[in-house]
Amino acid sequence: MKPEDRINRRDRIRNFSIIAHIDHGKSTLADRILEKTSALTSREMQDQMLDAMDLERERGITIKLNAVQLLYKAEDGKEYIFHLIDTPGHVDFAYEVSRSLAACEGALLIVDAAQGIEAQTLANVYLALDNDLEILPVINKIDLPSAEPDRVRKEVEDVIGLPGEDCIPASAKAGIGIDEILEAVVKKVPAPSGDPEAPLKAMIFDSLYDPYRGVIVYIRIMEGTVKPGEKIKMMANDKQFEVQEIGVFTPKPVPKEELTVGDVGYMIASIKNVGDSQVGDTVTHAAKPTAEPMPGYRKLNPMVFCGLYPVDTNNYTDLREALEKLELNDSSLQFEAETSQALGFGFRCGFLGLLHMEIIQERIEREFGIDLITTAPSVIYEVTKTDGEVIEIDNPSEMPDAQQVDHVREPYVKAEVMVPNEYVGPVMELCQRKRGDYLDMKYLDENRVNIVYEIPLSEIVYDFFDALKSNTKGYASFDYELIGYKESNLVKMDILLNGEKVDALSIIVHRDSAYDRGKIIAEKLKNLIPRQQFEVPVQASIGQKIIARSTIKAMRKNVLAKCYGGDISRKRKLLEKQKEGKKRMKSVGNVEVPQEAFMSVLSMDENK
Amino acid sequence: MRKSIYIHVPFCEQICHYCDFNKFFLENQPVDEYIDLTIEEMKHTVKKYPQTNAVETIYVGGGTPTSLTTEQLQRLLEAVPKHFDLAEDVEWTVEVNPGSAGTEKFAMMRKAGVNRLSIGAQTFDPELLKAINRDHKPEQVEETVRLALEAGIQNLSVDLMFGLPDHTMEQWKNTLRRAVSLPITHISAYSLKIEPKTVFYQMMNKGKLKLPEQELEAEMYAFMLKFLKESGFDAYEISNFARGEALSRHNLAYWNNDEYYGIGAGAHSYVEGLRIRNHGPLPKYMKSVREKKLPYLEIHEVTFSEKMEEEMFMGLRKRLGVSKERFEARYGQTVQKAFPGVTEDLKKAGWLCETPERFMLTEEGILLGNEVFEKFLFASD
Repeated sequence: MKPEDRINRRDRIRNFSIIAHIDHGKSTLADRILEKTSALTSREMQDQMLDAMDLERERGITIKLNAVQLLYKAEDGKEYIFHLIDTPGHVDFAYEVSRSLAACEGALLIVDAAQGIEAQTLANVYLALDNDLEILPVINKIDLPSAEPDRVRKEVEDVIGLPGEDCIPASAKAGIGIDEILEAVVKKVPAPSGDPEAPLKAMIFDSLYDPYRGVIVYIRIMEGTVKPGEKIKMMANDKQFEVQEIGVFTPKPVPKEELTVGDVGYMIASIKNVGDSQVGDTVTHAAKPTAEPMPGYRKLNPMVFCGLYPVDTNNYTDLREALEKLELNDSSLQFEAETSQALGFGFRCGFLGLLHMEIIQERIEREFGIDLITTAPSVIYEVTKTDGEVIEIDNPSEMPDAQQVDHVREPYVKAEVMVPNEYVGPVMELCQRKRGDYLDMKYLDENRVNIVYEIPLSEIVYDFFDALKSNTKGYASFDYELIGYKESNLVKMDILLNGEKVDALSIIVHRDSAYDRGKIIAEKLKNLIPRQQFEVPVQASIGQKIIARSTIKAMRKNVLAKCYGGDISRKRKLLEKQKEGKKRMKSVGNVEVPQEAFMSVLSMDENK
Repeated sequence: MRKSIYIHVPFCEQICHYCDFNKFFLENQPVDEYIDLTIEEMKHTVKKYPQTNAVETIYVGGGTPTSLTTEQLQRLLEAVPKHFDLAEDVEWTVEVNPGSAGTEKFAMMRKAGVNRLSIGAQTFDPELLKAINRDHKPEQVEETVRLALEAGIQNLSVDLMFGLPDHTMEQWKNTLRRAVSLPITHISAYSLKIEPKTVFYQMMNKGKLKLPEQELEAEMYAFMLKFLKESGFDAYEISNFARGEALSRHNLAYWNNDEYYGIGAGAHSYVEGLRIRNHGPLPKYMKSVREKKLPYLEIHEVTFSEKMEEEMFMGLRKRLGVSKERFEARYGQTVQKAFPGVTEDLKKAGWLCETPERFMLTEEGILLGNEVFEKFLFASD
């Protein structure tokens, strides 16, 4: 391509993403945009095209970023090149959102015409403003009977400060307003501005592992041009690679001769090592590097930790490989080997949040076929020992003996909850119960309130989200950020099965709630662990002191009933199922414990 | 050796809440054609799998065989000796619902060759009968026994159930007392098991079914063992009790891992090493027989290992357990060789005992039968 062609092309590029709360219709709108820009034939069109993974589709959330190139013939007669970068919609994935936003010049903000702005959306809007993006508000679902576009328009003005008359009324489902949205993208989102002839400067905003091709890096070209055969280097570690293939997603990968300023696409360069394709890094030419790397991404650290163990100990190596592959796709996942007396060899893994944890767990079970045992999630505690040494622990079993502990500090978050008026009471009550410290409360309009508390992260991890949902009939939205460590009266609670301490079931709790938690867990385990051949006492203890107890009764009767009519195959199936079920349990001491039991310390219904 | 026939009559006038057998409401069903077609199936079956021996046991089950009219049932029964060679002393059982057969039906059955009845009493408690949706009254069991004896059918078995919803020990004791007071030769007593696709299953999932704890069920079983022994019934199998020599020869064929023919919708056969399941839904079953085909849904060739497994998990249900000599004759190796370590472990657990001739369950092993049987399944991979 000639230099002037590159400039001309650059000016016709529009890079944007979509910011939306879960359920506010982002995927549907993305589908409509794909249809209108004829990126796909209708035969190729699957509902919610961008949510490629099964898991995403099932949960209705987008986990991976996707960058699609689209061609749009605008009213001015020119053809524009759109890159639509899809972003995750859940609070756990704030980091991925920030990366995708940095690759754009604009963002569509989707607001549900009935529900209005959610706290979480707000957080992403601020991220977008930080990145200097042009924000185009869209009021979606205006065809719903409960739609209140005028109220929402006012909310956009009051809360975000964007002019209400700029809001585009739309219904992605009914296909209303789509043309207006596409025209607004052309007119309002700025074209990229870098120099195509300058040294290469490309941002890695995601990467994906392909077993045949190695790491596939998602890049946005900020300056310069890149072509196959060129030698490039990663600025973080100076490692060099030869570019094999570059291209764009339409959403199928389509190889190109070059990627230049404004392009969003992929690069394959025989990168085999996990660490060599770090998200946030800058790619440049080996021979003629750019002077400065891109300003760093704000990489978030994992906040929630848990142990992942294979049910079948023979799968340890498979689990390691699975985690390594997932790590390529998911830069926020961390793991290191650990050993548990009860569960054997496994990994301590760090996640952005609970949902992130669940998704990784499910992907390992589903995509890699490894049955897992997940221990209760923990946060990082800071323990000051009596000898003055300060240690950080992310696993309750590492907690020193009580005599050696001077004090413990735990991470706190600033939690912002946005609710309709009538739920202020229940939300404040919940926050208090969760050891929260009140900070602030603000009326956003006549009926929406933003409540701010400082709450220990461990309480958030425990069941705050579920409790919040049930206490507000699902109306609350919630966002949190880590603010630092505070001292707390924390103790380690152990669980004993048949008199034996099960390290994988230990948790760190606040002393005041230890008795209640101990009681709930003992009761829960009693119901989750099937009867064994002998009676099994379940105990919760702090140090040597037993604080709660329950008993799993011995199995008394288990024998097949009728065999009339000679249906032997069915008897066989029942016995096989029974045997199979036992295989999925973990033998701890001589007690057979099902997988769910290890999670039980986490998911508990306090109301019961 | 194949010397048994099972014939399935899948019609009922009322569906019990626990029943997951292949069954249909009688009303508006093509009963007559169904009978014609089962007779057709008998014909095709012996052609394809010729008899190796005279038939020694026949069991007509359901469903409710006695929900057929006397004429319909007669046609079905009389067809059997037309297509199969029967042994002189054939044991021929028909399942009977109390109240659904009287003098005329019994006389016809006797004449056709039936010499044993299995009477579905289940419980003598009127409230429990209602709770499980049986349509008879307790007195009708006694009436049925009387009428059967009058018709000359003397080998009578009564079916009982325990571990029913809200079942009390007192109710169970009363039922057992009333059962043994009858002039019957045999009792089958099963604990309720909740199966999918039943009313009880639905209720259980909604938390509307209160079943006795394992402890109570175990007590009920223990009481039954003791009480029936005192009353002259011998526990020859986990759930089956006989006075004198009146063991169910038909059921013994299953437990001895012998082969059998299965006729009718949803029936199971074991012929020439194949376990076969017939189509269950009536239209499918009937269509395929009408087209002169065998109505098979599934055919599984039992492997050598599976035969050994089945020999054990079926055989151990009998009080006499598994005969070592017979096992070795059938499989050319000892039980210990076929299942290394298993018998030793089970003996150590106190669930299995051994005599010079046989392996059998201990009293504790009987209660935890599934735990024992499971050990005789080879690893699946």
